[in-house]
Amino acid sequence: MSAIPDADQRSWWRRNQMRAAPWLFLAPGIAFFAVYVILPIFQSFQISFYRWDGLGEARYIGLVNYRELLDDPAFYTSLRNNVKWLLLYLLAIPGGLFIALFLNQQVRGIRLYKSLFFFPFVISQVVVGLVFAWFYNPAIGLFNPLIGLFGLSPMNVLGNPNTVTYGIIAAGLWPQVAYCMILYLTGLNAVDPEQVEAARLDGAKGWRMLWYVILPQLRPATFIAVVVTVIGALRSFDMISVMTNGGPFGSSRVLAYYMFEVSLSEYGFRMGYGAAIAVVLFLIMMVYIAFFLWRMWREERGA
Amino acid sequence: MRFTLKSAAAALALTTALAVPASAELTGTLRIFFNDQNPAPKEAMEGMVERFQAMHPDLNIELTLIDREANKTQIRNYLTANAPDVNGWYAGNRMRPYVNAGLFEDVSDLWDGPMGAELASTRPALTLDGKQWGVPYSYYQWGIYYRQDIFEELGLSVPATWEEEKANCQVILDSGRKCYTIGTRFLWTAGGWFDYLNLRTHGYDFHMALTAGEVEWTDDRVRETFANWRELLDMGAFIDDHTAYTWQEAQPFLVNGEAAAYLMGNFLVAPLREAGLTDDQLGFYQFPEITPGIPMAEDAPTDTLHIPAQARNKEAARAFLQYVASAENQTIVNEVLGQLPINRNASVADDKFIQAGFEMLSNATGGIAQFFDRDTDAEMASAGMEGFQEFMVMPDNLDAILTRLERVRQRIIAQ
Repeated sequence: MSAIPDADQRSWWRRNQMRAAPWLFLAPGIAFFAVYVILPIFQSFQISFYRWDGLGEARYIGLVNYRELLDDPAFYTSLRNNVKWLLLYLLAIPGGLFIALFLNQQVRGIRLYKSLFFFPFVISQVVVGLVFAWFYNPAIGLFNPLIGLFGLSPMNVLGNPNTVTYGIIAAGLWPQVAYCMILYLTGLNAVDPEQVEAARLDGAKGWRMLWYVILPQLRPATFIAVVVTVIGALRSFDMISVMTNGGPFGSSRVLAYYMFEVSLSEYGFRMGYGAAIAVVLFLIMMVYIAFFLWRMWREERGA
Repeated sequence: MRFTLKSAAAALALTTALAVPASAELTGTLRIFFNDQNPAPKEAMEGMVERFQAMHPDLNIELTLIDREANKTQIRNYLTANAPDVNGWYAGNRMRPYVNAGLFEDVSDLWDGPMGAELASTRPALTLDGKQWGVPYSYYQWGIYYRQDIFEELGLSVPATWEEEKANCQVILDSGRKCYTIGTRFLWTAGGWFDYLNLRTHGYDFHMALTAGEVEWTDDRVRETFANWRELLDMGAFIDDHTAYTWQEAQPFLVNGEAAAYLMGNFLVAPLREAGLTDDQLGFYQFPEITPGIPMAEDAPTDTLHIPAQARNKEAARAFLQYVASAENQTIVNEVLGQLPINRNASVADDKFIQAGFEMLSNATGGIAQFFDRDTDAEMASAGMEGFQEFMVMPDNLDAILTRLERVRQRIIAQ
């Protein structure tokens, strides 16, 4: 119980509280983000220069993994499929928008309909994949009888290299449309009724109303929808794993799945090669994320 | 003090364990990770543990059952951290990564004893770099399971040669059925077809050289094997859309009589019996001869138990493996499993298919292969079976497939 010699020293915490507090609150988050996100990114870069089976000694081989990647037909198949996913997955955005517009009305039981449309997003991707795999199953699935009604001959959607990726994307769109729909439904709540009224007085209706009055007000929702959909498309993995395991003969692989296959699956022992694929996927995502960050920054400055 | 006493006892037990395993005083905990949760294997393993426990009441045995597929990836984790004392795995090249990484215990000392002579038939499959790395408890035959009633209806007899096989198939096709059911969604089923076609076309030595990576995939002999396969494909012998089915989903075609036969391991019998096929309806025959005069070799995958190098109670683990290998235990276990014992003094269950398998494997003068994905390097296995599936759907891609496989082989050799 001695007297405090210097008043200034005693109040360090008091003096700096305002500046220190946010960092203290952020510290756990930053620590975990650094250890589990930032560090592994650099580790992936490092491992991609090695030949390593995950158990024994890692051997430095420079750029060999990348050179091999350029020569690997499976890599190009995966890349092509990633592009297909990216483009077709974006259909979820207009899909979600139109369902949201349709559901944005006041009738009895609308909450029930909204929940029904939202349902696929609530259930796990794995379950969606399983259900669709049964749906497409040529022996017991409902898909073939269904297209039979339109006079089409039976198809083996998931067993045919030409159709398999589209079949999985269709399954993936089901929950993704629901997600976009929710984003737009909340966005529609924020649409200013006065502006709509004013537009109506000026004679706008239908498509013109949607395009010039509603959509501009939904821009924040659209922005988020595009971001989550593109990221969702690039990391599509669970559906492929559940529905086809990348087959038949590797034709439904995407980069994320191929990476898993070569490094972590039953026959995968090539950590270095897997890391090289991860690096390529990371760089593709980086380009996209950087573009969006730049756009966001520009818009914020403009505002 | 306690410590020295214990280690002295351990040393004593080690020396005596080989001679009189049952008399060794085992204490501590024995942790076992077994790689199957299906009813029969579970029952078999629990029985083994129970009997071993009765012999060593002071030993605390902890048994963990892991899903068969999950174990294939989990093994990498548990062998390197927190290893059990005994774990389940497979014979052949499938052991290679763990042997190379020093994660499996060398158990050659067990094989040097009388056990080695009793298990002689599988010694090569458990040997890598001149040492033995585990102990087998069971194996099973592969072959053609067929609908006897359909064969009778069509007036067919069991084929012994490739020509007869194809002639039978034509009759079956003409009756509006498919010859063979198969589900290639998980690829390995196609590996079974390749194994047999290659074993019958060129024999055991060539097959082993190919799977060991000593023969080029673009070799003309490999093409001959595929040419034989293509004959069946061109006939339309296999069910349609097989890429969409798992091996289980392919069973109804055989049960419903839409296909007449299934090339598969003996584990197929249990689900087919459950599905309602009687022993009068279901039959078994050896894959027929293709190139005359080549000694018959068979696929008979061996299920094994190993001691991780980092195990803590290796003394108890060794005693357990010795018990597992004993004739008494192998008789009981394989009765439960519906499979074949490896110990030559064990007796074989009184079951039509097990008896047929036992006789076939006893006369397999050509040799016994494990299975494509256990005989080859893991990377080659994955690329190979993917190629087989592609070939079954698009036989015209053969050149591209073989070139691709050869590239994989070259890369593996270069390492």
